[in-house]
Amino acid sequence: MFRSRTFQIAVPALIVMALLPLGVGGYILGLLTLAYYYAVFAMSWDLLFGFAGEVNFGPSFLIGIGAYTAALLNHYWLWPIPACLIAGAFAAVIAGAVLAVPALRLTGPYFGLVTLVAVLLLQNMIVLFAGITGGEIGLDLPDVLSIDDGTNYYYALVFMTVSGAILFGLAQSPVGLILQASGQNATEAAALGFNVAKHKLAAFCISAFFSGLAGAMLIFYMGTASVGTVVEIAVGVNVIIAAVLGGRRTIIGAAVGAIFLIGAGELLRPLGQLATFVVSAVALVVILFFPGGFMGRILQSGGGE
Amino acid sequence: MLALQILIDGFAISSLYALGATGFTLIFGVSGVLNLSHGAIMVVAAVIAWWVAGTFGTGAYIGALAGVAAALACAFFTYRVIVRPIQNSGAIPKEEKEIFVLTGTLLWGIMLQEAVAYLFTDNPKTVRPLIEGVVTILGVRTPWNEILTAVLSWGAIGLLYLLVNRTRTGKSLLAASMNPRGLTLLGFEMSNIYILVWAIYGILAGIAGVLLGAFLGVSSGNAGNLTASAFSIVVLGGLGSVSGSLMAAYVVGYLETMTAYLVSPSIRTVPVLLLLVLVVYLRPQGLLGRR
Repeated sequence: MFRSRTFQIAVPALIVMALLPLGVGGYILGLLTLAYYYAVFAMSWDLLFGFAGEVNFGPSFLIGIGAYTAALLNHYWLWPIPACLIAGAFAAVIAGAVLAVPALRLTGPYFGLVTLVAVLLLQNMIVLFAGITGGEIGLDLPDVLSIDDGTNYYYALVFMTVSGAILFGLAQSPVGLILQASGQNATEAAALGFNVAKHKLAAFCISAFFSGLAGAMLIFYMGTASVGTVVEIAVGVNVIIAAVLGGRRTIIGAAVGAIFLIGAGELLRPLGQLATFVVSAVALVVILFFPGGFMGRILQSGGGE
Repeated sequence: MLALQILIDGFAISSLYALGATGFTLIFGVSGVLNLSHGAIMVVAAVIAWWVAGTFGTGAYIGALAGVAAALACAFFTYRVIVRPIQNSGAIPKEEKEIFVLTGTLLWGIMLQEAVAYLFTDNPKTVRPLIEGVVTILGVRTPWNEILTAVLSWGAIGLLYLLVNRTRTGKSLLAASMNPRGLTLLGFEMSNIYILVWAIYGILAGIAGVLLGAFLGVSSGNAGNLTASAFSIVVLGGLGSVSGSLMAAYVVGYLETMTAYLVSPSIRTVPVLLLLVLVVYLRPQGLLGRR
């Protein structure tokens, strides 16, 4: 494992990231903090798509449930942040399981549609009960993680590293191989004696756990929970683009894609409204010409996984 | 009075939904592609119609034609530049083509939407209706345009029906949706059939977009919702089943109109979403689906 390509790339990159606060200003740190949370969203999505072969169009359903559970507990009952984070993560797992148990009987576009509808319903509910949830404006939180850019940055970096290591380890483990097999040919995997439904449900719950936790962390970083930052379809679309762009079925690629997406969006900000256009065009070109994504290229040429 | 109002408004909006969803389901039935840039293409049609009619003073008819032509061009581009290269690509594993087509058309839709927002701002735009004026039906004031919307939608769907069932070219489309390999063996060129399907799709989406622009008004931000509603209607009716989509369009149109009038316009889409979840769980093949 220590000689694998992924490891050789990840460790130097992490060392550079850990040293960054010594050299750059608060603005860039804030940007990267956001990017690291997105990286966790994208990595969780990749576990579900890349390995279990299920296209979840609604990552922001899981993210939103985690974020809003934590936000409501903190706003109304003043629960301490760690308790809110744990509650948010488990609420996302429960919501994910409720969604997944019937949905996993469906395949292809149907599964995708149900996950998409789940996001729309959640969004409608939040707007409908605006009196409690703050609606379109959002819910402000009494507590924040930290007001120091550097501290926030390290929270996000450590969180991303630990989640990434767990998700990557899981994907490389025998369980990951079974998931991959069920994704590619469910019938054959079942014939070999593996319980496909159970493994896929587990993948969904793990994906939900990290999505929900990251969503809850993100709102405590921002100090407010709003539909635009954690629930809207656009959030989910960005997560999917990041994962496919970075290279699906690599976990690490999803993180690279997310950091690229957030960074590019910011670099192109002077273009105004054209920024989204350019980012989408770049993503489209990558998908059309390098379907393996950024990391797919690098990892394939070296091998040694 | 209120019942009649719901009946009339619901009929017009449902006809429009039916037209929008027909093209979407046609593409899926024949080539297995779910085109997520659908809503953006409709928006382009409406905005171009608005722009041509307003800026050049050409009148509503030329504007509408320009809108449909723009949608046709977008549909061709979607097929030639995005869908076909992905389908022919050797680098993408077969079982992942679907997600690549979905992601590719989604990105293309976002590009179209952003281009419209950049060039024409994202303010809502109302296309000048082909017929102005209002008529009173049994005490309900109805704009002529609303009636025209229903008539034109059904006219286009009727023409499509005749094309598919009565002409040789149309029958080849039907055959392609059932057994593409058999059709190839009979000497039909599949790529010609795909181009034909995308052309029909472009025209249908264009007409739907222009009519929508005249009926409700359109802004670039609507693109995602339009795609989602076409997707829902098509799944509700059964993927690939045109008659199912037509029926589902009316279910969705009336359910939305009734919710808006009787409960509250702000939760207009919620009952439809709940119905959709229910149908997908209990009857995944949709109301009239084949599989």
